[in-house]
Amino acid sequence: MRMSKIVRFSADMLFAAIMIFGFYIIMHGHLTPGGGFQGGAVVATGAALVTVAYSYEEVLGMIKKTGLMLQESIGLVMFAGVALIALGLGTTFFFNYLANSGSLFGMSVPYGPNPGELNTGGVLPLMNIAVGIEVWGGLAIVILYMLSGIGKTKEG
Amino acid sequence: MRKVLSIIVIILFGVFLSLLAIDLTFGVPENTGMDDYFIKNGQEQIATNNIVTTVVFDYRGFDTLGESTVLFTAVIGVALIYRDLRKEDVDENE
Amino acid sequence: MFWNLPYIAVVLLSMIGIATILLKRNLIKIFLGVSILTSAVNLFIIALGYREGGIAPIYTNAVSEKMVMATPQALTLTSIVIGVATSALMLSFAVIIYKTYGTVNVDEIKELKE
Repeated sequence: MRMSKIVRFSADMLFAAIMIFGFYIIMHGHLTPGGGFQGGAVVATGAALVTVAYSYEEVLGMIKKTGLMLQESIGLVMFAGVALIALGLGTTFFFNYLANSGSLFGMSVPYGPNPGELNTGGVLPLMNIAVGIEVWGGLAIVILYMLSGIGKTKEG
Repeated sequence: MRKVLSIIVIILFGVFLSLLAIDLTFGVPENTGMDDYFIKNGQEQIATNNIVTTVVFDYRGFDTLGESTVLFTAVIGVALIYRDLRKEDVDENE
Repeated sequence: MFWNLPYIAVVLLSMIGIATILLKRNLIKIFLGVSILTSAVNLFIIALGYREGGIAPIYTNAVSEKMVMATPQALTLTSIVIGVATSALMLSFAVIIYKTYGTVNVDEIKELKE
């Protein structure tokens, strides 16, 4: 059953704000408190809000379940792949090969309290993004499957 | 009979746990050698400001790999249970 | 007695959790008792790593240099995620038991064996 027009309009505006806040928590995981797991849970809350505001059959028409399962698998494979590349470079498993070097995320950090820079961290921001994608896909699948029995129990 | 046994077990558990809780001191931890090494050297080896994230993803990254696998398995289990239930409902209605 | 207050809260929470598991008859209330016990263990792990007058172990715009221990917070993060996975699977099992037996009461489930 659809909610009224005011509820649908405010759910649209809140959905954009929740997604941007969740991506901010995932991306700045190495500077402020947060990281992959917390940011992924915040983004999955946006999916729950849209499912409650619109009716369940409409949301099922918009999002395919196979896309979410693919997204969860891609997250776990990316997390293990970034760790396995370090084995291919000659060092141990889970070695941080991008820290303190000159390439993608490798700036050095001065010692002591300082305002943080986004360019530091080595392998850590890539792992944060991979875990965020996996937790978002997994929690959205659980929410969509568990709400599938609401309409049917009223009839039968 | 069963209620009396349960209450005895709960009271025994409470006495055992409070003997443990009175003995500990709050605010003065013991054996902090590993954490002192992480806080002192984490910033120049990993080039990160957040020491908790370096412990989760770099110094103890193998535990995080195991935890991601547990979350993945739980989501697969939930999806399998609800797929069987929905097929039963469709077969009963037809 | 007030210098040990987090540990006393842990003892009270675990006693409430164990009492809920042993004394209630509804299946969903038993699962909520397991969740309360998980929360008590998480609080215990974090309360073990506190230092007097310390701040969070983050160097961005830090105020002082005396920091709390960092490893118990990482272990609690893992434990919370495992608690979420356990709760999701337990509630799905409750749905399947209701569809098979028709009731969620523990005493009646033991008698109706199909």
